[in-house]
Amino acid sequence: MKKLIVAFVFAALPALGMAAGGGVQLQKANIDLADNASLQRGARIFVNYCLSCHSAAYQRYNRVGMDIGLTTDDGELDVDQLKQLMLAADKVGETMTIAMPQGDAKKWFGNPPPDLTVIARARGVDWLYTYFKTFYIDESRPFGVNNQVFADVGMPHVLWELEGMKKAVKKTETDADGNEKTVITGYEMVTPGSMSEQEYDQAARDLTNFLAYSGEPIQLKRKEIGVYVLIFLFFFFIVAYLLKKEYWKDVH
Amino acid sequence: MSTEGVDKGRRRFLTAATAVVGAVGGAAVAAPFVLSMQPSERAKAAGAPVEADISKLEPGQMATFEWRGKPVWVVRRTEQNLKDLASIEGKLLDPASDNTGQQPAWAKNPTRAQKEEFLVLVGICTHLGCSPTYRPDIAPADLGADWKGGFFCPCHGSRFDLAGRVYSGVPAPKNLEVPPYKFLTDSQILIGDDEGVTA
Amino acid sequence: MNDKLMQLLGWVDARFPLTKMWKEHLSEYYAPKNFNFWYFFGSLALLVLVIQIVSGILLTMSYKPDGVLAFGSVEYIMRDVDWGWLIRYMHSTGASAFFAVVYLHMFRGLMYGSYKAPRELIWIFGCLIYLALMAEAFFGYLLPWGQMSYWGAQVIVNLFATVPFVGTELAEWIRGDYVVSDATLNRFFAFHVIALPLVLVGLVAAHIIALHEVGSNNPDGVEIKKNKGPDGKPLDGIPFHPYYTVKDIVGVIGFLIIFCAILFFAPEMGGFFIEHPNFEPANPLKTPEHIAPVWYFTPFYAMLRAVPSIAGSAFPGVVVMGAATIILFFLPWLDRSPVKSIRYRGLCYKVLLALFVVDFILLGYLGVKPATPILTLIAQIGTIYYFAFFFLLAIIPKFEKTKPVPERVTG
Repeated sequence: MKKLIVAFVFAALPALGMAAGGGVQLQKANIDLADNASLQRGARIFVNYCLSCHSAAYQRYNRVGMDIGLTTDDGELDVDQLKQLMLAADKVGETMTIAMPQGDAKKWFGNPPPDLTVIARARGVDWLYTYFKTFYIDESRPFGVNNQVFADVGMPHVLWELEGMKKAVKKTETDADGNEKTVITGYEMVTPGSMSEQEYDQAARDLTNFLAYSGEPIQLKRKEIGVYVLIFLFFFFIVAYLLKKEYWKDVH
Repeated sequence: MSTEGVDKGRRRFLTAATAVVGAVGGAAVAAPFVLSMQPSERAKAAGAPVEADISKLEPGQMATFEWRGKPVWVVRRTEQNLKDLASIEGKLLDPASDNTGQQPAWAKNPTRAQKEEFLVLVGICTHLGCSPTYRPDIAPADLGADWKGGFFCPCHGSRFDLAGRVYSGVPAPKNLEVPPYKFLTDSQILIGDDEGVTA
Repeated sequence: MNDKLMQLLGWVDARFPLTKMWKEHLSEYYAPKNFNFWYFFGSLALLVLVIQIVSGILLTMSYKPDGVLAFGSVEYIMRDVDWGWLIRYMHSTGASAFFAVVYLHMFRGLMYGSYKAPRELIWIFGCLIYLALMAEAFFGYLLPWGQMSYWGAQVIVNLFATVPFVGTELAEWIRGDYVVSDATLNRFFAFHVIALPLVLVGLVAAHIIALHEVGSNNPDGVEIKKNKGPDGKPLDGIPFHPYYTVKDIVGVIGFLIIFCAILFFAPEMGGFFIEHPNFEPANPLKTPEHIAPVWYFTPFYAMLRAVPSIAGSAFPGVVVMGAATIILFFLPWLDRSPVKSIRYRGLCYKVLLALFVVDFILLGYLGVKPATPILTLIAQIGTIYYFAFFFLLAIIPKFEKTKPVPERVTG
């Protein structure tokens, strides 16, 4: 136990802010949470490519449908559109769970794939965007791929049929202390995917956008309410200040 | 410190203004607190309409389904059961289902049902919320020779007939509740949704 | 109508001292008329206490203190419960606001010598409140059951494991298990929602009763009870109600503007109020890459890290950290200066206090930074000064040039 503390105190170094991707420069995701078209494309990618192994178990389909604009003209939930995002057996009020038993998941991946509902709040949007874009071929890994911001990642590159498979261009650098290390300077496409580079960037951005929404569905509404709250408080402040002034005329 | 030369009117006005704005703010804070205690999205999702398969139900049998955590009974009544309903009306508290809170408008009919044969009820006694027992047997020893089949509540002895109507002189004050439902097919009903059903 | 109300009031007064209490604590409680900005933070602390209790009660209705369910129940509150997100952010922002307000309140006490006779007990009750608040915050931080919750609790509980001889058993007793587990979560929940709130409310009551017994200090450090008018009322005092009630309302709204700006626009406060790793569920097999305590604990955390282990034991660091809080209790007797307020104290006191503030903030900053050798050295110097400050207070009055304290309050 004592060792643990010492280890914690001197080894596990605390740092501020988002977990940086092992010193890798993260790319800006530039998402727009108000862009429903992007959110809907992101939701489709999420459901088709992520939701078979990862769950979003705190997120309800009907809430997602309403929030990303799968609505009819009179503002009601468009169940038919929403159903396209769902497995036949799921009901609209259910959460986005998966059928994969935890035991199997552990066997296949070593660790069960984490739930992704709030992953954007844990990792940050730029990290996610960069993560989607920096898978590269690495035959030494079980799934044949590695990732620049998530070293030795334990999952395959599920979006490869969109992006294609690329290999990393590496070079060896010597840092200030004289240690040699290999850094990735760029990528070379080996097997092209169905999307162009720009299209894939947009797809990664849409998926990031959806995950950012998923992390906190209320966030846009929250800020909207906040504006009214602050306006009210400023008004209240003025009234209360005048009252204080009035009473304090007595005090000399 | 002195209170001479104070504009009392201005002081009263500002006090009232602050109190009113403060009360508005207080109410605006209290509202979310109160609303947070409503059924949550999870409760609403669990309370969504439930599909029930009644294809295997034989005449005289009852099946129980769960909707919003409550038992919902579906009884397939026999020809004899339906004939008996009229004969006992004199012993009932509300034979014509005049209490509109206990069934959707379309169920205010002699059988309290969409299709005469099938009786759908929320299986909760209107007295204190026990779940009554299904007693289809005719004239059993414990319920008397007049019993034409129905429901008997073991908690306080309330009796209901095979349309869920309460007998007079028992603790329960109201007929058993008929939930909203509709037939999806002849053998499938949707409990909790009666959109489009008319009397 | 009015008559009927007066009759009712009379009926109550004959059975309960309602009017008497109103007069004693509000309408005829005479407070010095020269309170400045720094005197808002007492009432604000009370406000935050109420916010925390009310939002806490509502959170308890949906939260599950269970190793399997806890993390999900917080997200359930954030999504499925109507306005649950607002209540949760109130509580998380309120926790940080509580410490911000209390730190400023304590600094006010330091500046104007509010801990000196006859207010030593007020100060001691206040220190107890501060300790109870730290415990409350620590227990509460485990409840979301994220990675930071889990490993933070793991590390703090293990501080007790450094106690010589009985440490391991003591830590296991606190956890109720060999690691932080469901059993720990359940008992921390009990402490957080029942035990410590009761203690806090009791201590706050004692703090206010003691204050109203001796009367408030003020920025001049003058006892207003020494100068009474012919009517027996302090010449420099004004009734708390209505004068300070209307003034505190202004302070409350000013505070709420800042509070709501954070709550609605930056509830995570860039990872300071809600830390990013806490959005991953607790995993006993994997420590997050980067851990730092919540900001209000970091000065003490920096002191803990600054002390090297002696003879293979981390206990000295724990002792130093504990002493850093305990030393506050002795402040009324350590500071020997007869002058209360900083306004009439010598330059050396002003410099010492300013350095103390810088030191505390610096330690807080170091507590969130990785411990490199140079930063550790700075933290060690900071720790030494933290303690030195209190002992210098005992020494400097011998040669400190104070200014004459006026008879009556100024301004």
